[in-house]
Amino acid sequence: MDFEFFVNLLFSGLTRGSIYALLALGYTMVYGIVKLINFAHGEVYMIGAFTTLIMVSVLTILNLPILAIAVIAALVAIVWSAGYGYTLDKIAYKPLREAPRLSALISAIGMSLFLQNYVRLAQTSDFLPFPRFLPTVRFLDNYDGLSSSQFIIFTTTTVVMVILTIFIKFTRVGKSMRAAAQDRMMATLTGVNVNKTISVTFLIGSVTAAIGGILISAHVGQINFYIGFLAGIKAFVAAVLGGIGSIPGAVLGSFVLGLTESFGAGYISSDYEDVFAFIILVLILIFRPSGILGKPAAQKV
Amino acid sequence: MILKATQLSMDFGGLRAVDRVDIEIHEGEIVALIGPNGAGKTTFFNCVTGVYPPTEGQIHINPPGGTEVSITGLKPNRIAERGLARTFQNIRLFPNMTVLENVMVGRDCRLKAGILGAILRDRRTREEEEQVIHDSHEILKKIGIEQHVNEQAKNLPYGAQRRLEIARAIATEPFLLLLDEPAAGMNPQETRQLDDLILRLRDVEKLTIFLIEHDMSLVMRLSERIYVMDYGELIAHGSPAEVKSNPLVIKAYLGEDVSA
Repeated sequence: MDFEFFVNLLFSGLTRGSIYALLALGYTMVYGIVKLINFAHGEVYMIGAFTTLIMVSVLTILNLPILAIAVIAALVAIVWSAGYGYTLDKIAYKPLREAPRLSALISAIGMSLFLQNYVRLAQTSDFLPFPRFLPTVRFLDNYDGLSSSQFIIFTTTTVVMVILTIFIKFTRVGKSMRAAAQDRMMATLTGVNVNKTISVTFLIGSVTAAIGGILISAHVGQINFYIGFLAGIKAFVAAVLGGIGSIPGAVLGSFVLGLTESFGAGYISSDYEDVFAFIILVLILIFRPSGILGKPAAQKV
Repeated sequence: MILKATQLSMDFGGLRAVDRVDIEIHEGEIVALIGPNGAGKTTFFNCVTGVYPPTEGQIHINPPGGTEVSITGLKPNRIAERGLARTFQNIRLFPNMTVLENVMVGRDCRLKAGILGAILRDRRTREEEEQVIHDSHEILKKIGIEQHVNEQAKNLPYGAQRRLEIARAIATEPFLLLLDEPAAGMNPQETRQLDDLILRLRDVEKLTIFLIEHDMSLVMRLSERIYVMDYGELIAHGSPAEVKSNPLVIKAYLGEDVSA
């Protein structure tokens, strides 16, 4: 129980938190505008990892340096996953936009199961080794507490968050996203093409999810068709914890969840690692159902 | 004419909220739509602006310098693109955005740069953005709320929120502005200022105004023609003087026939 152990847990918690944040963003942005929990979101993360693995295998034939292969594979995987997110919305959610919210939710669960099993059939249900292609960061050589891949995950996430914040705050598309989240009908009446805005939201959420999937796979070193499920559920918990619909909330919730899991596993028991997420979910639903940064829902009467 | 509704009806389940209404608006007019609560006025506005596709009937527009087209059943954003803008009875701003941003969102449908431009930040996109900011400031000046430009919409005083709704509507560059109870909740002095604003929009900005209003003094002062609805039907139509003396209108407002 010394200081070094504490620091280890801290960094491992931040790493987890980063990955959850990359995923939770997609949940919270989609919920903000469409009021839908996109349960198939974790699958996009999984598909990002699988596509990278396939691309790396293909590109290895070309005899390129490993970093070049990694970058190309990751970029292709990100674009490919974004396509999945976009298509998911078009075929599974858009036709149900005016339907009761429960219908779209069932559709999301269906898509999640479909994508998992399709990858299982197309690939395998076994764990596959994933290349640990994240480069070594030299200045961390003499430091045991923080690994290169953890450092890269954390910095990449930070950069993604900053870019996303600027995008949403200042660009025209970002403004339409915020307007649609605050009052969808009014946004349409002021001439905003809300369907297009929703598509963009799915694209952005899928891109960040794929980045998360690729990073964590390169950190852990193995993947299977099921990795998106648990990660997706936990990122969802993180989004609820922070206040679903709120982007800063999702990031905050993700880090709170990541750190809780890491410290819980380290100081209490690693057997219960996954339980902590759900304990937090239950507590937040009882004591602060709107989440840390969420606004209490005003019921219209 | 620039707007024509023909035999427009809207049903909600078994309830007919708008019943075979014919309305025609001409360029440069200020026209009012009045009637007791629940007469179907707002539902009529909702049909025209695409919030609901009408159950029956047609809506045509003929923009100044354009040709006549049907907008029946189009999506609200398509109708906004074609030049119809509206405000709401209960204010519907984007509460957590600044005044400037609210107006900029209104401008959105007139812009060309897309998501690619937002990512690449090419020169055309940047120029367009600067233009939008400039135009939005101009609009806020015209409407008289430029001092609030960077405040969050939700923190604005009531009267300024109402004005911001009009500013955002104007930002879409409409030829026809539909105002749903613009004077609701305003005191007599604010209502007077609203009079001036509406007249200025018509005379300076060359907009045609179609408004729903309960404040009869405002209606009588401003409108050139008045349509009266009751129980979803059009019961009268004419100049303010004609409508004021129409027995059907008096009956709709005051109940049983007063002449007796």
